[in-house]
Amino acid sequence: MTTSANLSYSKLFNLVLKRDLTIALRHKDDIINPLLFFVIIITLFPLGIGPEANTLARIAPGIIWVAALLSTLLSLDRLFKSDYQDGSLEQLLLSPYPVFVWVLAKVFAHWLITGLPLILIAPLLAALLYLPEQSFVALMLTLLIGTPVLSLIGAIGVALTVGIKKGGVLLSLLVLPLYIPVLIFATSAIDTAGLSLPYSGQLAIIAALFFTSLTLAPLAIGAALKVSTN
Amino acid sequence: MWKWLHPYANPETSYQLAGRLQPWFTGLSAVLLLIGLVWALAFAPADYQQGDSFRIFYIHVPAAILSMGLYTSMAIIAFTGLVWQLKLADASTAALAPIGAVFTAIALFTGAAWGKPMWGTWWIWDARLTSELILLFLYLGVIALHNAFEDKALAGKAAGILAIVGVVNVPIIHYSVEWWNTLHQGATVTKFGRPAMAPEMYWPFLLCLFGFAFMTAAIVCMRFRTEVLARNAMRPWVRALALQASESQEAK
Amino acid sequence: MSASLLSAQNLTCIREDRILFDDLSFDIYPGDIVQIEGPNGAGKTSLLRILAGLSQPYEGSVRYQESSIKTDSEAYHQALLYLGHTPGVKGELSAEENLNFNLSLHNLSNDYAQASLDKVNLLGFEDSLASHLSAGQHRRIALARLYAALNAKQNNDSNGANANAIWILDEPFTAIDKQGVADLEQLFIAHTNQGGCVILTTHQDLSICADKVKKITLEYQF
Repeated sequence: MTTSANLSYSKLFNLVLKRDLTIALRHKDDIINPLLFFVIIITLFPLGIGPEANTLARIAPGIIWVAALLSTLLSLDRLFKSDYQDGSLEQLLLSPYPVFVWVLAKVFAHWLITGLPLILIAPLLAALLYLPEQSFVALMLTLLIGTPVLSLIGAIGVALTVGIKKGGVLLSLLVLPLYIPVLIFATSAIDTAGLSLPYSGQLAIIAALFFTSLTLAPLAIGAALKVSTN
Repeated sequence: MWKWLHPYANPETSYQLAGRLQPWFTGLSAVLLLIGLVWALAFAPADYQQGDSFRIFYIHVPAAILSMGLYTSMAIIAFTGLVWQLKLADASTAALAPIGAVFTAIALFTGAAWGKPMWGTWWIWDARLTSELILLFLYLGVIALHNAFEDKALAGKAAGILAIVGVVNVPIIHYSVEWWNTLHQGATVTKFGRPAMAPEMYWPFLLCLFGFAFMTAAIVCMRFRTEVLARNAMRPWVRALALQASESQEAK
Repeated sequence: MSASLLSAQNLTCIREDRILFDDLSFDIYPGDIVQIEGPNGAGKTSLLRILAGLSQPYEGSVRYQESSIKTDSEAYHQALLYLGHTPGVKGELSAEENLNFNLSLHNLSNDYAQASLDKVNLLGFEDSLASHLSAGQHRRIALARLYAALNAKQNNDSNGANANAIWILDEPFTAIDKQGVADLEQLFIAHTNQGGCVILTTHQDLSICADKVKKITLEYQF
């Protein structure tokens, strides 16, 4: 007979990650809709402000980042909601493993599904907004380090509101103020890059935010999930 | 080590304690505020640059200090509540959040009112004002989350977790806004002058600060008591209290 | 008397300002089948969730082998098999994928999946997406874990003596037909004979294991 299937943390992480990715791939709306939202929000700005290249280039970093915040927010709901409704969340909480392992796996899956496509499509939208060429690398780098922070902090908000019937608007009220530091440093890095100045300082701060939220957010998410399933 | 605290983890004991403390806080606050405000508004010297409009400082700064302080204490209480599973911590979060939100709103409003004669505009994206605005959002988030839960105990826990997450973020937000402000600040914007305060301004300020602090303590006691009552409505001691109250009313 | 597996000590539960139960204490020993009875709203589900550690009691504690389930939650979760109102089945995954995930999550080998699906009459459906299956079939995917747990126990293939020994089942017979209920009762007897215990709520009368069942009755309190 087989030996008992005791999982190491990395195996558990992979198990949950694979499950969430499989579900997302069989339910592609979850990937495509937030992305479409991101694109549409960004196209609205030239229509509202006017197609003048200098103005658009000036506000492009802010627009792209605000749109990224909003589309992340929109996609956050899927992180725990269906698991909460069908009882999978209880089973995860009752598994003999620490909560942070599978929470991190779920957040990572969420980022792969919603954050990564956003980064891939961003250069295209930046071109639509006449973002100066020297800013492109900065845009990609800030999105690459910054969007995981959005997923991690957002997950705290979802974990707190998952049991509430109409939690959508409440979620944005809770989460958006916490996104402000990422927004400030990311747009400033892109602006600085536009002036051909070094922006590694801002990147370092975003990286610091990333590592802080990577270590602290899972604790808050776990505590919040336990309250929500109570 | 926690033994001496233990009796106060009992709702009834802490309800009584808050009731005994409340009149002291109220009295102290009334005395301090009366002296402090009269001194500050009528007798303290006007600022040589800003004139009498400077006097709003005596309300603005205590409100701003208390708004930050209340958020921090809310988070600390929530943290102890989570770690040691104190049920009363939930009630305290609920009691503190609206008071803090009101002080934040007062700080914002007085800031704007002070800004009008100083800057010629009601609002300016000054670092302190912007941080205060975001703090107001954080408070409103805690209150909204608290209201969204049907179960009071869960509401307190969830709001507590949010307060803790918020308090970790407050310094980061404050720092980032300060940094953003210096980056975007044009030459025309003048910051508040903060010269070393003269003692005749300092003393009324301190009196006002402590007066407002004791007023907060008194309101916290009051709100804490109602929260404890609401959460323990089905307990015998609360029923006995209610019975007593209705009897004494009939006697009148 | 042997040591208790699970013991509830002075549990008090308050929901929305109503006391569901007050100062409730009992012990559960290996071999017990415990049915929790009471009218709707008496707190049966709340009690099960407190026993499982999903909800916190207002007062009191639940102990597993003399230590609180809160302080030693990993050891307790190793011993616990909880099935709630909702079966924890994902519509986007097939029956077998669902079962495999749940087995892996609770340290049971996926080798038991096929046999367990056979036991709950889902052989032939293992590759169907769960969203194409009925509510009763969802319930049976969840129940298949019980068979896998017993199988592992009989093969000495579990993690420690008490792995998956404590079954806490909230209305396990919902959407299950007569034959299925009889099969499950046989399963409970086999499980308790192995030294496990079953704590369940149900509106149906247990027939086969009726003489073995201990009852805890919750009254509706105002």
